Amino acid sequence: MIYQDSNTILEVQGLRACVNGKEILKGLDFTVRSGEVHAIMGPNGSGKSTFAKVLAGHTAYEVTAGTAVFEGRNLFELAPEERARAGVFLGFQYPIEIPGVANSQFLRLTYNTLQAQRGKEELDPLEFDDFVREKMKMLDMSPDFLDRSVNEGFSGGEKKRNEILQMALLEPKLGILDETDSGLDIDALGIVANGVNQLANKDNATVLVTHYQRLLNYIVPDFVHVMDAGQIIKTGGKELALELENRGYDWVGTEYREAMTTV
Amino acid sequence: MNTLTTIRRSPAGCFRTLLTGLPPLQTSPSSWINTLRAEEIDRLDMLTLPTKRDEDWRFTDISPLTKLTLAPVSNVTSLDVTDIEHFYIAEATTRQVFVDGVYAPHLSSAEASTEVLASNLPAALTTHAKLIEAHLGRHLSCDDNAFAALNTAVLDDAAVILVPRNVTLSEPVHLLFIATQKEVMNTPRCLVIAESGSEVTVIEDYVELSQPHSQEGAHLTNAATEIVLKDNARVNHIRVQREGSNAFHLANCAVSIGRSSHYQSVSVALGAQISRYNLNALLAEGAECTVDGLALIAANQLADTHTCIDHSQPHGVSRQLHKCIVGGSAHAVFNGRILVRQDAQHIDSVQSSRNLLLTSKAQIDTKPQLEIFADDVKCAHGATIGQLDHEEVFYLKSRGLSDNAARNLLTYAFATEIINRIPIASLKHQLEQRAFEQTRDQL
Repeated sequence: MIYQDSNTILEVQGLRACVNGKEILKGLDFTVRSGEVHAIMGPNGSGKSTFAKVLAGHTAYEVTAGTAVFEGRNLFELAPEERARAGVFLGFQYPIEIPGVANSQFLRLTYNTLQAQRGKEELDPLEFDDFVREKMKMLDMSPDFLDRSVNEGFSGGEKKRNEILQMALLEPKLGILDETDSGLDIDALGIVANGVNQLANKDNATVLVTHYQRLLNYIVPDFVHVMDAGQIIKTGGKELALELENRGYDWVGTEYREAMTTV
Repeated sequence: MNTLTTIRRSPAGCFRTLLTGLPPLQTSPSSWINTLRAEEIDRLDMLTLPTKRDEDWRFTDISPLTKLTLAPVSNVTSLDVTDIEHFYIAEATTRQVFVDGVYAPHLSSAEASTEVLASNLPAALTTHAKLIEAHLGRHLSCDDNAFAALNTAVLDDAAVILVPRNVTLSEPVHLLFIATQKEVMNTPRCLVIAESGSEVTVIEDYVELSQPHSQEGAHLTNAATEIVLKDNARVNHIRVQREGSNAFHLANCAVSIGRSSHYQSVSVALGAQISRYNLNALLAEGAECTVDGLALIAANQLADTHTCIDHSQPHGVSRQLHKCIVGGSAHAVFNGRILVRQDAQHIDSVQSSRNLLLTSKAQIDTKPQLEIFADDVKCAHGATIGQLDHEEVFYLKSRGLSDNAARNLLTYAFATEIINRIPIASLKHQLEQRAFEQTRDQL
């Protein structure tokens, strides 16, 4: 939701980034204020997921130009774990499985790590158990998921729910959800989206990276951005997503190139 | 005769010193034990200390052993329950404690059941002489194994567990071997006999207790274990080697698995400067074994595990998962031999060696060795060596864990697959803690 007196959470300017020497992001500008929900859409290979990973600090990507200011700090000077502690959260498209580590153990470890970093109280296993079970209700997750190994043998939908559960526990300022809708059936999509909606408030912001308009029926964005060839080439309101659904992406590119040649 | 002289001058001399330094062993009242010792004393004259030129010791240089001054254990360290109770395993009500290889009756607990015998050798011989004579020293091959021969040559006492026919002992038996003295060789010995239809869980546990003001220095633990499963028996064998970082630990274990019996073992190597574990399992018709192992080492440690699963008869099943986690500039060795003899048809055998290198200086040598002489068998094996996966580390860091914490968690996870196979909750918990601590500072 757009608020009048909102603060800027993230401001990205002229971002360029490479992987293995190949430039993927080619001068990207992007601003997020508190309370807002942004959707980044675009065809395969346009750089959406790369952008998400660069924001989270994935080491495979090299930032070659541009700035990113997160809550007044230079994001690119922070290690991935420092970004997480500062309030950046990346929901993974393909969450990692960790056989041998119980989900409850993992969730409590990450929760307590961030609590300690933020000077807040850590929870012992019993306290945490009560706390996490409450959060799981919101995502319609069975408590069985606490005893199983992290993501091991989880279905696609279960993994994504587990991602949103982590977001619920870690309470980020900026939640970036990379293709959270991929691999979800319609019921799971509704549950995951409901979770994301419940977590959104006027002090945080959400960035949804997605292929399809479908997710945006459930999580209504304030802004829709179209990415193509490593740049954001069009920004609009939620109605832009519907237009993309009807007309595809090509026309946006054409329009953008025409505009560029006129300039 | 020249060759013989040469052999005698070879490094086996260090055994001689050990043997001559020994206060003469009391002649055993059982004459067969005296014979057994005498045979091995003679054999030691023929055997040399293995070097890297021996195929079986290619990757494991034990020459540092020759630089040690080792004496036999002459003074008994006196320990109280309070000194050692932190080693206790809550589930194990039956406990036998040996301090530097010497039986400590006041630290050992009474037998858990009137039916099962768990005591030291002299006591066991008073009631079960015939049975023990039939098995002690009969399963362990000393032919080309100087350390096994040496253990038998000085055989005086042993931990003995005898489980009668159709008896199931629900609580595990804890065999606790505590090393306290430096510059000595101790020679622990175990004999487990599970009669037909019986079932038992045995924890063979090697620890070190540093005495206050103890001198720097190393000791050698030279252990030998024989486990016999008669028909249709079940033995769970958990072996934990968590000696101090100066120790040398050389161990041999021979397991004879009778018809339709099931032997399940997990061995964990955490301690010692140099450790070597040889496990030989011989399977009769329809016998099954699961032989899992974990070496979790760092700094300059070397841990070598050699196993041989010998399918001598048909319809056997064997499963093996061995993992090494190597940090610092440590070195892990695994040699897993699976032998399927000509008449051993319809064998189903799977072996997997999975290894994790935590640093660029860490080293792993793994060698699956399948020798199949039968033509109708199902055998699979595989080996992997890798480092921690970048995506996995990034995932954890993106949740706020430090690089170290992320790597530790993943390393711990790699180890727990083996630790989780230990069916004893408190021991599992202890080892998990140890795995966490061990991985904490080694990167």
